[in-house]
Amino acid sequence: MKRKSLLVAVAALAAGAYAGAVAAQAKEQFVPANFYWVGPYAPGGSGASGGMIDYFKLLNARDGGINGVKLTWEKCETEYRNDRGVECYERSKKKGPTGATLIHPFSTGITYSLIEKGTADKIPIVSVGYGRTDASDGRVFPYVFPLITNYWSQNTAKIKFIGMKEGGMDKLKGKKIVNIYHDSAYGKETIPVLDVQAKKFGFQVTHIAVPHPGNEQQAQWLQVRQIKPDWVILRGWGVMNPTALKAAAKVGFPSTKILGVWWSGAEEDVIPAGDAAKGYIAAGFNLPGTKQPVMQEILKYVYAKGQGELEDKSRIGSIYHTRGVVLGILTVEAVRKAQERYGKGNSMTGEQVRWGLENLNLDAKRLKELGASDLMQPLKVSCLDHEGGGAVKFLQWDGKAWKVITDWIPSDQSIVRPMIEASAAQYAKEKGITPRDCSKEK
Amino acid sequence: MEFVFFVEVLAGGLLAGVMYALVALGFVLIYKASGVFNFAQGAMVFFAALTFVSLTEAGWNFWLALVVTLAAMVLLGIATERVVLRPLVNQAPITLFMATIGLTFVLEGLSQMIWGSQPHGLELGVPDVPMEWLSQRWNVNISQFDLFAALVAGVLVAVLALFFQKTRIGRALRAVADDHQAALAVGIPLQHIWAIVWAVAGFVALVAGLMWGVRNGVQYALTFVALKALPVLILGGFESILGAIVGGLIIGATEKLAEVYLGPFVGGGIESWFAYVVALVFLLFRPEGLFGEKIIDRV
Repeated sequence: MKRKSLLVAVAALAAGAYAGAVAAQAKEQFVPANFYWVGPYAPGGSGASGGMIDYFKLLNARDGGINGVKLTWEKCETEYRNDRGVECYERSKKKGPTGATLIHPFSTGITYSLIEKGTADKIPIVSVGYGRTDASDGRVFPYVFPLITNYWSQNTAKIKFIGMKEGGMDKLKGKKIVNIYHDSAYGKETIPVLDVQAKKFGFQVTHIAVPHPGNEQQAQWLQVRQIKPDWVILRGWGVMNPTALKAAAKVGFPSTKILGVWWSGAEEDVIPAGDAAKGYIAAGFNLPGTKQPVMQEILKYVYAKGQGELEDKSRIGSIYHTRGVVLGILTVEAVRKAQERYGKGNSMTGEQVRWGLENLNLDAKRLKELGASDLMQPLKVSCLDHEGGGAVKFLQWDGKAWKVITDWIPSDQSIVRPMIEASAAQYAKEKGITPRDCSKEK
Repeated sequence: MEFVFFVEVLAGGLLAGVMYALVALGFVLIYKASGVFNFAQGAMVFFAALTFVSLTEAGWNFWLALVVTLAAMVLLGIATERVVLRPLVNQAPITLFMATIGLTFVLEGLSQMIWGSQPHGLELGVPDVPMEWLSQRWNVNISQFDLFAALVAGVLVAVLALFFQKTRIGRALRAVADDHQAALAVGIPLQHIWAIVWAVAGFVALVAGLMWGVRNGVQYALTFVALKALPVLILGGFESILGAIVGGLIIGATEKLAEVYLGPFVGGGIESWFAYVVALVFLLFRPEGLFGEKIIDRV
């Protein structure tokens, strides 16, 4: 009898411990941190992952998580390689009590590799400012979210900026623009939209490819010198960016007439170029600095306690770091939104977070509450529109820091949206996908 | 105007070729002395430049940083001989080649572990901008820094030539290069010679790293410059210092002319692989390269 009682007690204890463990586990929200900390693109990966994790640490320390659900994460090194990116995805997708919340591949190539996998596994693929542009059509790509601004939107904002500088869009007629691009899928992504804009506004565009990795560009910039363009659009990545700025200086092309994509617009892209980068302008969907309230909170709750992700403190508030904070905000707010519908204080599944992302509405008021008004633009996502924002600010490098030189410039959706819908429809046809009817989505 | 442009492209290509030759020299030195194709030369360039720039950014005097980096490269050379090569003496060349591949990854990882992965700017006091008088008078843009790099390469080749021809160590190096067994038989210490040649290759890597660091910034992508040296080596020959220079000039000029004049017809971005096409064509007609040694095996 005694023995039986003992067994029952042990079983009860074990069951209690198990239930406790399950309950404790249920109070976690797992987010894979699949980035890159080594290799040629490490500055981008380490900076952005640092920002995202710093924001998660802030939420856990200051608020106790999202309605009591603590954020957890695990780092996986993708090396910016598609095969490694897929491996990290497979490794992380079932971790945590409800599996991966969502994935930030932080690479256009990895994003392409994960689109079908994420859709099948019901895990949202969030590609903020990169990835597949036509995935902005949520009817065809329910699990892919190229949030804030896609490449085509950005490009129309760039042409608007050039128009502003030239004194009006009508002044673009007859102007010459050279598009220097990284010879990859990423680099070629904006060629179609630039061609459409050239036709619409009457400017002449010349596309010049730079082979990977872009550490030798003499021939390309000599061609630029021969064409004598009014503006050069720089669509680079990694070492291609400082090399381009140096090569431009070598042929005497002014840096103030070079307009970079946001992957050419971080401190790491201009510092190695030295004086050649002074005056260079780049697009941005997130703004640098540590004055924003959310950055101050990160300093107070995370770095002051010695728990910050970035070892080099001079990188706090850099472009890549604040970009990571934006990734953190989007992740957390999507989970928060999902909890509003599926139960506050619960861990959300990828499927539930997908709904949260699709109903995300970060208006000016909410951004102010988050202390991120000067960090990012308001955005409203919907079933039809997985981009949600579309505006761009332009920043100019003064030799020491990026200075914001414009307000948010909206994209030209009259050009972008029809192209997105046509491309997405083509994809749907090729893959046999029946687009969702957004009027039936709740 | 068209002719001036052609001259500009050609001059730019030749000067770019000098930069490739600087990297190729490191490969040649090691291959010449030990028959090892040192895949790690690009990583050595990266390690050297990153060490130097990190020290100067930490507030070290330029010359002190240069001397300390050089010492680090010499130590690296000696350590490579002791740890990697010595245990593999008498192994097949492919084994040694594989060992240098391993060394590449170790060096890349070690560099980033010690100094971090952030890119750095590097200035040596010679601006990488066109010379004004040439621009204004002839409308030709030639960078001051490119000419400086050409001068450095010229001095380096002269110093290496003197070293090989006029010093005892240099003669020993040549003896080892000619015949390992015979050199050993006359009492030349093979292991010391290898350590010296790896140290000299480290010095060449430092020079190449500084030149390329000014051009592109000091960052991981410096390791890729080794890829630029390969067609130079195929064309110039793996054992010839002169071949590295001539090969560099031919590859540099050809790839730039191809990019500018052929590129637009095929979508552009051809220079990186066109250099290999040129090298492969040379291989067909002269497998040992322009200045390489003809190897005749008895069968």
